[in-house]
Order: sequence, then C-alpha cells, then structure tokens
Amino acid sequence: MSLRTPLGRVLGMGAAREGVHHWWTQRLTAIALVPLSVWFVVSLLALPAFDHATVSAWMAQSPTALLLALFVLIAAWHSRLGVGVVVEDYVHGGLKTVALVIVTFVHVLLAAAGVFAVLKVALGGAA
Amino acid sequence: MPARPLSPHLSVYKLTYTMISSGLNRITGLALSLGLLLLVYWLMAVAGGAQSFARAARVLSHPLAKLVYAGLIVAFCYHLTAGIRHLVWDTGRGLERAQSHASAKLVIGVSILLSLIVGCCAYLAGALRP
Repeated sequence: MSLRTPLGRVLGMGAAREGVHHWWTQRLTAIALVPLSVWFVVSLLALPAFDHATVSAWMAQSPTALLLALFVLIAAWHSRLGVGVVVEDYVHGGLKTVALVIVTFVHVLLAAAGVFAVLKVALGGAA
Repeated sequence: MPARPLSPHLSVYKLTYTMISSGLNRITGLALSLGLLLLVYWLMAVAGGAQSFARAARVLSHPLAKLVYAGLIVAFCYHLTAGIRHLVWDTGRGLERAQSHASAKLVIGVSILLSLIVGCCAYLAGALRP
C-alpha cells in the first residue's frame, strides 16, 4: 500500500525509485574500474614509445583491444553516473534536465567513439 | 513546485578532513571525466591513421598537455584510493567518526605516494618530459 497521495505522485515529489539502481551501478562500475584502470595506466606507461606504429600495434593485440574497449565503456558509464550527480547537486530547474540530457549524450558518444576506435585498429581498418 | 531541500551547503560547516576528502573525490572524478575525453580523442587519432595521429600528437605533446597529464595522474591516484575507501564503507566498516577521519588522512597520504610513483614512471616513459 502506498501512503503517497495521487496528487503527490502526479507532481513527482518524493523518491523516483531508482536510487538503489544508481547506487549499485556506480559501485559495480567502480569495482570493475579498479583492475581496468590500473591495467590501463601500467600498460600505457610500459609502452616503449608513443608513436603511431607502437601504439596501434599495442591496440591491435586482442587482449589490449578487449580490455581497452571495456575500460572506455565502463569508465564512460561510471563518469556519466558521477557527473550526473554533480549536475543534480548544482544545476536546478529546467536547466537541470537539459544538462543531464547533454551529459548523457556526450558520454554515450565518448563510449561509442572509444569502442569504435579500438575495434577499427584491432580489426585492421587503420590506414 | 514547493521548495525542495538543496545540497550541499558548503559554507555553513567547519572544514574537516572527511569533508575535504569527499570534495576532492568529486573534483578528481570530474577531472578524470575530462581525462576520458582526452583518451577518446587519442584513441580516435590512432584509429584515424598516421597523419591524424601526427596532428593529434602535436597537441598532445604540448608542454601544457604535460601539465594536464600530471594533474590527471594525481586525480587518478586520489580517486582510485578514495574509491577503495568508499567500497570499504559499503561493507559497513570504517564508518565511525575516528575511523573515517583516520582513513581520510590515509587516503591523502597513500594517494600522494602513489602519485609520486606513477609520476616517476610516466616521467621515465617520456610522457611528462617537455
């Protein structure tokens, strides 16, 4: 039984019932990012050089491509959740919705572009 | 719409270690989001071929960019350490006031140490050298 009035529900006041999902997803992505980000930093700094040939050869290796794609994807997801909370804290009114839409679109674009770039190099499309 | 509770009110509290560590976690997280932007730009440049990589490399090897990398290393080390502190909290441990003050100091100490290690490695790898 809900104690909320129909008017309260229509006005959208109170919990949106998505807090646990947000919390849980933030934690899952955080746990995944601990090994992924450490791997990324260590293997990036272990590269003998940062020229195109070295970097694309590194990206073309299957384990690198897989982990790099996962890293970008999960980092973008985690970042969307975090930046979203910052927007919700400091931006108010109609601007908040606009800001959240922009933040979401930018993160989806980043995730897609990152994964696309890794796949292109890994699958041999790089010129 | 009635007035909703707003957060956070930063100016009404005395600054504490726990407050600083919480604020730093948010700021470093935002910095790392910009780092993600940089990473994707770099990955796209690699995928674009040798010419697009050379073009991006001119931007990414600018002395100011090196300063950004140094900042990102500090942000990464802090956010990683503070994030692990959050994950420990999620198990219900370390939430007492004395414990959380101690872990805030620990996180700051460990992240400085970690930043120095990663910074040295990055310098040796040539990523930070002007």
